[in-house]
Amino acid sequence: MKKVFAMLPVAVFAVLVGFFIYRLVLIDHGDTPNLIPSVMIGRSAPAFDLPPLFDGQPHFAAKDLQGKVTLINFFASWCEACRAEHGFLGEVKQAGIRLIGIDYKDDPKDAKAWLARMGDPYDEVVTDADGRTAINFGLYGVPESYLIDKKGVIRFKQTGELTPDVIRSQVVPLARELSR
Amino acid sequence: MIPELGHFALILALFVALVQAVVPMIGASRGDRAWMGVASSAAAAQFALVTLAFGCLVWCYVVSDFSVLNVAQNSHTDKPLLYKITGVWGNHEGSMLLWVFILSVYGMAAALFGRNLPPTLRARALAVQGLVAFGFLVFILLTSNPFLRLDPAPPNGMGMNPLLQDPGLAFHPPFLYLGYVGFSMAYSFAVAALIEGRVDAVWARWVRPWVLAAWCFLTVGIVGGSWWAYYTLGWGGWWYWDPVENASLMPWLAGTALLHSLIVVERRDALKAWTILLTIVTFSLSLLGTFLVRSGVLTSVHSFAADPSRGVFILALLAGFTGLSLTLFSIRAPSLKGGSLFAPVSREGGLLLNNIFLSAAMGAVLLGTLYPLFMDVLELGKISVGPPYFDMVFIPFMTPVILAMALGPMLAWKRGSLKTAFARLRISLALAAAAIAVFAAFHVSWGVAASMGMAVWLFAGTMETLAERTGFLRAPWRETKRRALGLPRSFYGMIASHAGIAILIAGIAGSTAWQSERIQIMHIGDSVALGGYEIKLAKVEDGIKGPNYTAMRGIFDVSRNGVQDIALHPEKRTYDAPPRTTTKAATWGDFPHNLYAVLGDPDPKGGYVTRLYDKPLVTWIFFGGGLIALGGGLALLDRRYRVGAPTRSKYAGRDG
Repeated sequence: MKKVFAMLPVAVFAVLVGFFIYRLVLIDHGDTPNLIPSVMIGRSAPAFDLPPLFDGQPHFAAKDLQGKVTLINFFASWCEACRAEHGFLGEVKQAGIRLIGIDYKDDPKDAKAWLARMGDPYDEVVTDADGRTAINFGLYGVPESYLIDKKGVIRFKQTGELTPDVIRSQVVPLARELSR
Repeated sequence: MIPELGHFALILALFVALVQAVVPMIGASRGDRAWMGVASSAAAAQFALVTLAFGCLVWCYVVSDFSVLNVAQNSHTDKPLLYKITGVWGNHEGSMLLWVFILSVYGMAAALFGRNLPPTLRARALAVQGLVAFGFLVFILLTSNPFLRLDPAPPNGMGMNPLLQDPGLAFHPPFLYLGYVGFSMAYSFAVAALIEGRVDAVWARWVRPWVLAAWCFLTVGIVGGSWWAYYTLGWGGWWYWDPVENASLMPWLAGTALLHSLIVVERRDALKAWTILLTIVTFSLSLLGTFLVRSGVLTSVHSFAADPSRGVFILALLAGFTGLSLTLFSIRAPSLKGGSLFAPVSREGGLLLNNIFLSAAMGAVLLGTLYPLFMDVLELGKISVGPPYFDMVFIPFMTPVILAMALGPMLAWKRGSLKTAFARLRISLALAAAAIAVFAAFHVSWGVAASMGMAVWLFAGTMETLAERTGFLRAPWRETKRRALGLPRSFYGMIASHAGIAILIAGIAGSTAWQSERIQIMHIGDSVALGGYEIKLAKVEDGIKGPNYTAMRGIFDVSRNGVQDIALHPEKRTYDAPPRTTTKAATWGDFPHNLYAVLGDPDPKGGYVTRLYDKPLVTWIFFGGGLIALGGGLALLDRRYRVGAPTRSKYAGRDG
């Protein structure tokens, strides 16, 4: 019995090494753990149909993405980094990109107060209260932004806050190219 | 010429390591003293050669020799001298050389201080150390050679990641490596003891100083890294449960358990097989950290140039060192006779409890760190495990450790009495209960009140232990003084470390509970109220030239009740090469407040995004952490570990 226990550590370790080897083989085949951000690139945006944050405004659904270059920005009033990027979203809109805000797992009351205080740069704001659409998008956390072309295909993803640098050097030029 | 000299020294060191690994091992099994004696001269030669190689690389960095690929990729002539030197280990190749350099320092130290060890044990331990060095030297020479040339040499280097251009880089990695690599010494002794088939009090007494030293360095490395993250990353956080942080926390937890179980082996000759296993596990976790960080199998904010071919190599090293030693363990452990028996409630019992929960906490961190990898490999999806998981599992496992930490030193060896221990700690009990009541009355959450109660319990309990041993207020003053001077340094080390943990807990609880923050766009002249202070953005100076960056500096005037106290000067720096922006937060503390200011991007309308935090007690985290390390240092100075201590001849005589 004692001998069996003494074998346990080396057995557990062997299994662990097996996992590591397999993971390295996967990397060798081009599947890196950092791949998550790019998985959705080049694919159609997942189907969704979300209710508006402000009463009386229309729903926004995946089919509405057709015909116009859109930046979808997941945000929440409880998110620190969202505040940091919020002031720069205006630049996105000024560049002629349609800006859709998806309020992620948030109390609508908080979100409205937050937008009233911080300014509302969005063309439309819809809510994803249970976070299901976020899961379909492969959301890591908020903020996250997806640039979607006229055919509804995701072309660019920013995990974390959009900095002025990213907006000016990546988002705007790419959107300009996609609008042609 | 100089790079070739370094390269050549490394190759020679490789052969010396091979000799060090093989000859003494054979000598020990044959009982040949001359062959065994090779171990210490090889360790000395190894030290000289690796030091030479390391010195050569530092030289290449200092003179900015861009014909060396590694220097060209990571340095720049405009860098201040400090960052030219620290830049040596700010990249993969150089940091591996630092790793091996520290390994050779430890080998040298073991050869020097190990004169009174049983000769076979010493020869075998140094041989294992030689084997570790051999493995890593092969790794460096084949996959990560820092001395490769670049022809033609570029006019200037590519520069270093600006986040690393901070005094933090000077101390953080070296201390971490002193910790990780230090555990290799204990590992070598464990493998040697397994080969010999004997683990006893003498062995424990020999291993413990190495573990203590490594543990102190690792503590300083982790706390220092946390402080560095706090003031440079700009989010006011000090721990992110990132895989790389976990990679340093896991050996720390295992090493902490090991420190305590070694006491039981030394004093009571029990828990032997467990202690050996823990020694192997602690060093294996150091290696595992190296593997996880550099192979790219996990996603992390700490970017090391991840390279699967290096990953394969480090995995082979990990599998070799850990696999072999665990196999040896499985063969020898059943024959390691447990020593004396002890009751569950006893000093040994308390230390065992500490070991169980620390190991469980370590296992939980390990599981959380590797979980994304398991899920990925089993094709169950790509996920990330975040702080909620770690907070949820780590706190429950650590709570019993903290509660028992005050109690343990009050228990007698072999058979203790909880009743007596609690009776001796009644003041602490009362204070802890009072603390919980007071904090609960202040409408903080129960978790925070309970944490504060635990911190008070531990701190007061530790002080009561000190009072108990010295007879403070019970015995006459002279007697107390005599007893206080007579207590071993390791006892004071324990007092300092345990008190440090209490302060750390109070810091964590306080800074989370009473944190307040303001994130907004401020224009010049705007004021924000925070933590009873009025913080005004007085002006923003742009275009401030640093040695290799241009900074935008915010001047925040901080005033309280209309009286201006101080100014905070956070900066946003844009480095010349590579052109990257970093934030430099400004911090200022005035008990209990701790203000933290970050200047963000300007917005198109002339305002600036600013993040202002008040984090009361946050400095206690770093102070407590420092005190924990200091305690380890005190214990290391204990008389019984010193060379030439009276006990030495007795044990040397018994074995020789």
